[in-house]
Amino acid sequence: MSTTTLPPTKKDAPVSAPKVRASDRARGEKRLGWLLAGPAFAVMLLVTAYPILQATYESLFDYRLTDPENRSFTGLTNYWVILTDSLWWQSIGVTAFITVVTVAVELVLGFGLALVMVKALRALRPVLRAAILIPYAVITVVSAFAWQFAFDIQSGFVNSWFAWLPGVSENTDWFGDRWTALLVICLAEIWKTTPFISLLLLAGLAQVPEVLQEAAKVDGATRWQRLWKVTIPNMKAAIMVALLFRTLDAFRVFDSIFIMTNGANGTESVSFLAYRQTIARLEIGLGSAVSVLLFLAVVLIAFSFIKLFKVDLSQARGE
Amino acid sequence: MSAIPDPHSPRARTGVPGQGRARPRRLAGAAAGALLASGLAACGGGGGDASTLTWYINPDAGGQAEIAARCTEEADGRYTIETALLPRDAASQREQLIRRLAANDDSIDLMSLDPPFIPEFAQAGFLAPVPDDVADRVTEGVVESAVEGSTWDGELVAVPFWANTQLLWYRESVAEEAGLDMSEPVTWEQIVQAAEETGTLVGAQGTRAESLTVWFNALIESAGGSIITEASPGDPSQIELGLTSEAGVRATEVMQMVAESDAVGAAFSTANEDSTATGFESESGGFQVNYPFVYPRALGAAEAGTLDPSVPEDYAATIYPRVDEETPAAPPYGGINLAVSAFSESPELAYEAAECIVSDENQAYYFVTNGNPASSTAVYDDPEVLEAFPMAPVIRESLEQAAPRPQTPYYNEISVGIQRSYHPPSSVQPGETGENATELIKAVLAKEDLL
Repeated sequence: MSTTTLPPTKKDAPVSAPKVRASDRARGEKRLGWLLAGPAFAVMLLVTAYPILQATYESLFDYRLTDPENRSFTGLTNYWVILTDSLWWQSIGVTAFITVVTVAVELVLGFGLALVMVKALRALRPVLRAAILIPYAVITVVSAFAWQFAFDIQSGFVNSWFAWLPGVSENTDWFGDRWTALLVICLAEIWKTTPFISLLLLAGLAQVPEVLQEAAKVDGATRWQRLWKVTIPNMKAAIMVALLFRTLDAFRVFDSIFIMTNGANGTESVSFLAYRQTIARLEIGLGSAVSVLLFLAVVLIAFSFIKLFKVDLSQARGE
Repeated sequence: MSAIPDPHSPRARTGVPGQGRARPRRLAGAAAGALLASGLAACGGGGGDASTLTWYINPDAGGQAEIAARCTEEADGRYTIETALLPRDAASQREQLIRRLAANDDSIDLMSLDPPFIPEFAQAGFLAPVPDDVADRVTEGVVESAVEGSTWDGELVAVPFWANTQLLWYRESVAEEAGLDMSEPVTWEQIVQAAEETGTLVGAQGTRAESLTVWFNALIESAGGSIITEASPGDPSQIELGLTSEAGVRATEVMQMVAESDAVGAAFSTANEDSTATGFESESGGFQVNYPFVYPRALGAAEAGTLDPSVPEDYAATIYPRVDEETPAAPPYGGINLAVSAFSESPELAYEAAECIVSDENQAYYFVTNGNPASSTAVYDDPEVLEAFPMAPVIRESLEQAAPRPQTPYYNEISVGIQRSYHPPSSVQPGETGENATELIKAVLAKEDLL
């Protein structure tokens, strides 16, 4: 056996409960559950399902906000225009790049931070947790401005502090080149959302049964072996949920790009493309189609995570 | 997530009896109610007194708010002007106003509009028609470019307020060292050469933003051409572009020459008006094309002690550089014009207020305190204006010569298309870039391409 986990338990068939028809109490609880969750569910439908349906409907039209009279049904033309445009594929590439880079780095950093938090002294832990959370509490636009000012060629300190690094000098224009601009955007994203991933992983770490660690220790496993064979396999669910949430989040990156480069030098993400068509160009039909495609991409990511990696969302809560 | 309370923990299970729980819930309810009410108030707008006019203003140094207060006082109770602040950049201002107007928002009475967007607003029917007598009064003694910028399809649709233009700013010491006679018109080649010889900077706006279109438009107009040669108000697919014309190629050549020279700083492809002004204030400042705000900005910095007072003393301004020696320059025209919303409940009062706002007195006040040049020519003879802006006569002359950006309801598509094709300026190729831009803009206007 290469990894050590506790034997799986069937969640829907507790050992103590014999299989019988739902009791009155169970049915009552079920009804109460629906009553409690119902209003929230209705609100969710109203604020998420309705706009999604509306956008899907609008995406089938040639509709300019300033010219509502000439609105006409064009079927799937908007989708054809988008999918045959190199700008769309370029934006997908940029978005995928940012997503992969930031999520990978955040996972490693976040795991490190979670380990530090779990090992930290009990007295220190709340302070540490709060300190780590600060970047996550900063509004994205504010953090984007802070990073932009730091790397700005005139007002920034990065060029003078890091001039000893190869490739960095007084005259390095970070936002004037595609890859350096993307680097700063990724750094800002990583700085801001690593705390989120580390907190999710911390919750996962706390669930690794101490007995397994002790057993491994008794068997003479090294620290590294325990990490790879015991800790990580036992918190796979938490890792997968953290990855899923961050991937979905990273795929919709907008604020940092909007503030730092405004899409210049080939740094446009898919969200930015949707913004430009809908809000700036006022082409509601075309913009809605971009949004629908973005939505489909996000659904695809979520679906493949859940199906391919068999992520069980309920496991992350330790049920 | 650690924030989710563990249902099995003892704390979650111990219920706090009745009384204790009721209060927080009531408080939360009240808070939610208050939030909802404030949210609704913010969205609802409109309401209230018909004699209260709401003026959506672009951010400035407080001048428009002061003018609003002055006109309110002058109106003697007939109307009250309240100001509402728009976002900082022109593109976001347009986005916010259009979204509101498309929803027939009657909370907007007056708006401060950037001229290139006026045709779009007018064509969409968002602007209340200007009464003939008002039109006569507000165009009398006003610089030509400002009247042109307030006109769409042969009709005045907005009230000219203040008119901006870019000048060629230079350090007198640098021009002297380079032996450049600034009393005569100069060309882009000359200033780039002078800057290279003296080891100083030429500032222009190479960032991918509206300012790049402003620069390119000035270059192509100075070369005797235009971005749009056939406006075609009704049908965007019939718009004809002049980017591949001789003037378009010449404009691209000049842009390339400037961007590739050693005279532009390291960050030329991200240089906007502010960073250009900062570069001009630095030790290597030599020349820059920029709006008049750079002068009060330097004076303010000198006063605050962050800039050597000898620096603004070295500032001088002349007419925008020429593309070719023989052809007069066509400097950029900008500024703000006032428009009255078609959904305003009291358009007559709004026009009355607009006339008050653009009075010579208020324009002079705005010029002196906020550095925004007047559209009324009479203001340029005001002694106070001349004292604050010794270069006021140059500004006026520049405004008379200035060329507006292309007037079309599809301005955003044209401008963003140009920004995409001509950025970064160091990569432009005379001939090729114009063809690519034409192809892109035509496809975008035909809705066959993303932007």
